Amino acid sequence: MALSRDQIAMRIAQEIKDGYYVNLGIGIPTLVSNYVPSNIEVMLQSENGLLGMGPFPYEDSIDADLINAGKQTITTVPGAAFFSSAESFAMIRGGHVDLTVLGAFEIDVQGNIASWMIPGKLIKGMGGAMDLVAGADNIIVTMTHADKAGNSKLLEKCTLPLTGAGCIQRVVTDLAYIEIKEGKFHLIERAPGVSVEEIISKTAGEMVVSGNIPEMQW
Amino acid sequence: MSGLDKVVTSYDEALAGLQDGMTVLAGGFGLCGIPEGLITTIRDMGKKDLTIYSNNCGVDDFGLGLLLHNRQIKKMAGSYVGENKIFEQQMMDGSLEVELIPQGTLAERFRAGGAGIPAFYTATGYGTSVADGKESRNFDDRDYIMERGIVGDFAIVKAWKADRYGNAIYRLSAQNFNPIVATAGKITVMEVEEIVEPGELDPAHIHTPGIYVNRLIQGTFEKRIEQRTVRQG
Repeated sequence: MALSRDQIAMRIAQEIKDGYYVNLGIGIPTLVSNYVPSNIEVMLQSENGLLGMGPFPYEDSIDADLINAGKQTITTVPGAAFFSSAESFAMIRGGHVDLTVLGAFEIDVQGNIASWMIPGKLIKGMGGAMDLVAGADNIIVTMTHADKAGNSKLLEKCTLPLTGAGCIQRVVTDLAYIEIKEGKFHLIERAPGVSVEEIISKTAGEMVVSGNIPEMQW
Repeated sequence: MSGLDKVVTSYDEALAGLQDGMTVLAGGFGLCGIPEGLITTIRDMGKKDLTIYSNNCGVDDFGLGLLLHNRQIKKMAGSYVGENKIFEQQMMDGSLEVELIPQGTLAERFRAGGAGIPAFYTATGYGTSVADGKESRNFDDRDYIMERGIVGDFAIVKAWKADRYGNAIYRLSAQNFNPIVATAGKITVMEVEEIVEPGELDPAHIHTPGIYVNRLIQGTFEKRIEQRTVRQG
């Protein structure tokens, strides 16, 4: 069975370590915050100028001056800090954020990522995505393995305009956990009940499968 | 305004000298921390062919979207801008020129412009369409592209409180681009919720020192929320 959005988030949450500063993108990455183990301390960075993002507010504590990068009303946790956009991207571009989780349209075997623009469709802009992929060493990309028509999103070469070149090493899809090195995908884990053959058939880029591939656990 | 006192009492005075074709830098993130009254005044002044640098471009009937609606913007430069239909229409029919800038690069371009730095190198955008036509250079085995600092004819920003000298503090995430935009205007106009006397704000807590601020006006703010999200309970 392909993983649900929440199950993907649960798997990614296992990669968050005690003391991490983490930037979570919009969509599935946002769900990751729901599954951070309660016995570790983590600070969530929001690129509009906040470290220490908390959950959504209750109705009576909404504050128009307190939003996240998705422009949603939010709260802060004790120990939070506000700062300017330049400071925020100094953290991101200077490599100070420990883990970045973001979505994508396509990934290829060279670690290229396309996530911001589909030619012919409305172009809204890259926001902070290009800074995040260029600035972070530790990035996890999350997306569905194939699009709704069944076309693989894990390619030999990205077809869409790139967000960053050669910067992605880890991908968690609804079918698998994959690492990228030396110009190839490497299958590390598979979703429970999903066969290696199915994953390979839905992966357009070259995939290395060595030994027995374990199922994800959580 | 006299001496170091930056306070002006009318919006006309706040934006005096704004001309057709000028470059205006605007603070804010989405609709959070935007200089609402200054934007409305630019609309009412009817100045045209403006180049706007701002992270976003408002919504159809609020924020910088008001200037789009009035066809006053010739070029919009920002990181994420397609959140209004008018924007989409004007971009598609070719009447609006658009420059998309990675958010961190935009922030750093304001910072550099305000600090007298004409250009800098960043890895952001290398190997993408953002790098097209830009100088690139390798430092320590990594490739970078050159980006230019930005200086605007006017910078318009919103702060929470400022003293009459323009020493200002921002509230929560309404800070965002405002402090760096404030540094990068030939004329920086700041709109605030409250003006206090010099000495009332703790000097150690000032975000924007008054040296960057040319004109200061007290406004009233709607503070519209773009994505109202709540927890149940």
